[in-house]
Amino acid sequence: MIAAGNPDVKTARRPQEGGRFPLHWIGAFPFLLYVGVFLLLPTVIVVVGAFVGKDGPSLSNITDLNQGFVVNAFVSSLLISTASAVVGAVAGALLAYAVATGNPRGVLRRVVSSASGVLAQFGGVTLAFAFIATIGSVGFIRLWLQDRGIDIFAHGVWLTELPGLVLVYTYFQIPLMLLVFLPALDGIRPQWREATESLGGGTWHYWRYVAGPLLAPAFLGAALLLFANAFSAYATAAALISQGNPIVPIAISNFLTSETGRNNPGLAQALALGMVVIVAIVMTLYALLQRRTSRWLR
Amino acid sequence: MTRARRLRLRVFRVIVLVLGGAFFLIPIGAMFEFSTRGNGVGAPRTLVAWTTIVTYPDLLGAIRDSLGLAAITSVAMLVLLLPTMIWVRLRLPRLKRIIEFICLLPLTIPAIVLVVGLSPVYRWMAINLVDTIFLLSFAYVILVLPYAYRALDAGLSGIDVKTLSEAARSLGAGWGTVMFRIIAPNMSGALLNACLLSVALVLGEFTFANLLSYLNLQVEIFQLGLANAGTSIAVSVASLLFAFLLLMVLSFAGAARRARRMRRA
Repeated sequence: MIAAGNPDVKTARRPQEGGRFPLHWIGAFPFLLYVGVFLLLPTVIVVVGAFVGKDGPSLSNITDLNQGFVVNAFVSSLLISTASAVVGAVAGALLAYAVATGNPRGVLRRVVSSASGVLAQFGGVTLAFAFIATIGSVGFIRLWLQDRGIDIFAHGVWLTELPGLVLVYTYFQIPLMLLVFLPALDGIRPQWREATESLGGGTWHYWRYVAGPLLAPAFLGAALLLFANAFSAYATAAALISQGNPIVPIAISNFLTSETGRNNPGLAQALALGMVVIVAIVMTLYALLQRRTSRWLR
Repeated sequence: MTRARRLRLRVFRVIVLVLGGAFFLIPIGAMFEFSTRGNGVGAPRTLVAWTTIVTYPDLLGAIRDSLGLAAITSVAMLVLLLPTMIWVRLRLPRLKRIIEFICLLPLTIPAIVLVVGLSPVYRWMAINLVDTIFLLSFAYVILVLPYAYRALDAGLSGIDVKTLSEAARSLGAGWGTVMFRIIAPNMSGALLNACLLSVALVLGEFTFANLLSYLNLQVEIFQLGLANAGTSIAVSVASLLFAFLLLMVLSFAGAARRARRMRRA
């Protein structure tokens, strides 16, 4: 419409530009070049590097993945990501429902959504410190409970082990769930509940046969997003877990930095490729579920 | 809605919100508590951990470097992304989906994977160009792309880029004038959003700096934590409050703008 209303601009400009094709594309060139060097190139380095050994192309890095501690790292990573995704998804969905049933323009909702935006990004050293100050061996809650005869670390300091990591991860998983799941809950119409009731159904019937199936794809999709989020997290684990290499990102960092004396960039690249493959599978499923969600809830 | 159900819903909401509030507020409160502890059992509260922040030159240097990184990253992000997005909107609409896909890609590629791929690039840059912490900005621009893209895209969608630019061009303005004197001032809110998000992200970044062996704020806090837990937690609280403050500014600026628009309509 605008182009048609302004034909002079287009026709007047064309002769100066010479051909039609090249100058157009030059505008996008700096951005594409930058992304090529700092996003595409590293990805290519990881993928190619995983298949290059000491002397030329080889599968040695990939076959090296089949070692006890590497397999253990992947198992631990998958367990932590699954556990924190399930806990985060359930708790986040409950919280989202508590918010969604309130006033849509109320203060509560505004505060909770902006706080979630901040907390979902919150991680790394600060988050690890926050939990160490709370339930670490001299943490506030730990000491308080200890005065009352409860020792949360009776079976060892689990905060710096895998269960602790799950607990700490839920701190950013729940807000992320809330952000992702709230729009789906907003898509539920009160008429559906009324329709269920007019057909003689109760609360159980409504959740089992109407709202549950409608929300299921959105819920599963959000849970997958949470899984990928936990699977990719490095900083929090690095700051919290002191030794060993129990999860994949930490194993990668040990192979990458030479401090440990086991510098092996090839293996780091193979592990990174493994992470990319897993995240790609999860995100593909997420995209498929998103398509399904948008059929009913918009 | 029946009365019993309304009551049940209210009880459910109160319980969930109280539990959620406790879970999210207690750790932050505990950090504050920890940073004001005195030395030894039963010692009175002190602010020693806070006042000793200034006695660590490495820490002050790291704060300065992180603020510098945040500034460089924000400016570089705007210079790289804004003209491209405007240009794509005006002249290359076919490319819009591809640019969007590229910009959202860093959300799905784990940061640690990017570090693995970038470490040879950074080694090359450190040897052949200069070795400075500010090189990290190159990677940080990639990290902030998804957030910056969304903020800028929302801003561009709110104004009629095409009409504005054609009006300006027909009055003889060049492309530089169109971008920096016509379109950018019309989306100042979105520019502010994109910058604040970038600053918050850069100030909290740990993975890249730690693995590429640069000492930014978070790495310094981490290393200080091994020696002086109180002070490092005090700095953590301070940096967290600063990030909160930035994002609060963002959310209130957004709310004010929405209110203004509503009043106008």
